[in-house]
Amino acid sequence: MKDNIEDKIGVDAMQTKFSARDVQVYYGDNHAIKDVNVDILDKTVTAFIGPSGCGKSTFLRSLNRMNDTIDVCRVQGDILLDGEDIYDPKVDPVQLRAKVGMVFQKPNPFPKSIYDNVAYGPRIHGLARNKAELDEIVEKSLRRGAIWNEVKDRLDAPGTGLSGGQQQRLCIARAVATEPEVLLMDEPCSALDPIATAQVEELIDELKANYSVIIVTHSMQQAARVSQKTAFFHLGNLVEYGDTNQIFTNPHDPRTESYITGRIG
Amino acid sequence: MSDHSQHIASAFDRDLEAVQALVMKMGGLVEAAIRDSAKALKARDLELADAVRKGDAKVDDLEDMINTQCAQVIAMRQPIASDLRTVLTVMKIAGNLERIGDYAKNLAKRTEVLSHMQPIGDSTSAIKRMAREVEHMLNDALDAYIRRDAKLADDVRHRDLEVDQMYNALFREFLTFMMEDPRNITACMHLHFIAKNIERMGDHVTSVADQVIYLATGQMPEDPRPKDNQSIYKFSEALDEADE
Repeated sequence: MKDNIEDKIGVDAMQTKFSARDVQVYYGDNHAIKDVNVDILDKTVTAFIGPSGCGKSTFLRSLNRMNDTIDVCRVQGDILLDGEDIYDPKVDPVQLRAKVGMVFQKPNPFPKSIYDNVAYGPRIHGLARNKAELDEIVEKSLRRGAIWNEVKDRLDAPGTGLSGGQQQRLCIARAVATEPEVLLMDEPCSALDPIATAQVEELIDELKANYSVIIVTHSMQQAARVSQKTAFFHLGNLVEYGDTNQIFTNPHDPRTESYITGRIG
Repeated sequence: MSDHSQHIASAFDRDLEAVQALVMKMGGLVEAAIRDSAKALKARDLELADAVRKGDAKVDDLEDMINTQCAQVIAMRQPIASDLRTVLTVMKIAGNLERIGDYAKNLAKRTEVLSHMQPIGDSTSAIKRMAREVEHMLNDALDAYIRRDAKLADDVRHRDLEVDQMYNALFREFLTFMMEDPRNITACMHLHFIAKNIERMGDHVTSVADQVIYLATGQMPEDPRPKDNQSIYKFSEALDEADE
């Protein structure tokens, strides 16, 4: 019996969360993403790596329709979240973004208190019926963001008054407050010092128990440290996608090898 | 994008090239040690044997230098993919070369003892042929390393079978000499250790070839290399039965 249960957990852990088929993204005439096919797994950290302008951030942003805000941007092909097309006209992008949270390169807390930064999402999505429930969500999110102990005595202080690393963890707490299923992270540590980076990486590792985490990073070492799957983008193509272990020890495509070993930028 | 061979940080290339140059230098010294020790044995050239014994210190020093430089590359540059495999294989190959050097040194030591004894048939010629084969294998393995040539490395792995067979033939020959006349035993024991040590050199060369395949392909060779280590055991069993 025990074996059966473990088998099931094994299967669940490897479930596909996002499925992209023949995805093209255009900025006006510029063909930024070309024929990308990829299955992103649940409860897994997936790293997108590649030189600047390779399309990795563009592809990341198309996963929660952040590109909708750019007029000249067009997305073609299918992007399925749990089997449902996120570009279907029936899908509300605001609801989608509650399910697919995002953390950006620069910590960007709202100019509000620490408490309100986290409470904002649950409030607008109506996730709490009363103050007690909201308090609970805020505490739980700040704990998940691994910042609760540092801010629990000053929840009314402005979020912008925290250090850079704390601000970024506050933003992660804010992103998880709406109970998303996927967390998109666009270079979440590039503005942080090594200690804060280590804290965020530790947090990412903990988050993968509950979420599918997709992280865009310029640091090869970071991708190797935090992810289980790695996708290498180059000139708008998804060149190679595989186990991080394999990508960093024995990449199959010479372009991947050249990039990760510092031979092409 | 056009040139994949060079790192953007050219100092990284220089570091990797420097440490690989040390391995090649080490390989050259070890090849010469194999050749000279076998030559000294056959010609009873004690001066040459002494030079081989003294020369081994240089090989050991090179191994230390290689290990130090590899540690530095790992600490400073965090090599990955083929760069990581280069560093890992360099360290292992240096270890193999060091051991081969030790065997050559041991061969030279026994040469000095044997020079005071009656020759055992033409066994030193057979030993010299065996040493030459191992030396050629090492030369090819190092060539395969430089060219990242997995095919040549695989060829080297399979040639170790010949060395094993030469060893088995010598084993039988020494056994026969010892049974004929117990006064041959001391010399035969030394010669047998020499043959066994050359056979072990062949195993280390095979290990170098394995590393070349790992470096070139990212995978250790899957097929077990051919071995001929059964026949001598069968041979001694046959002798035991004949005695009864």
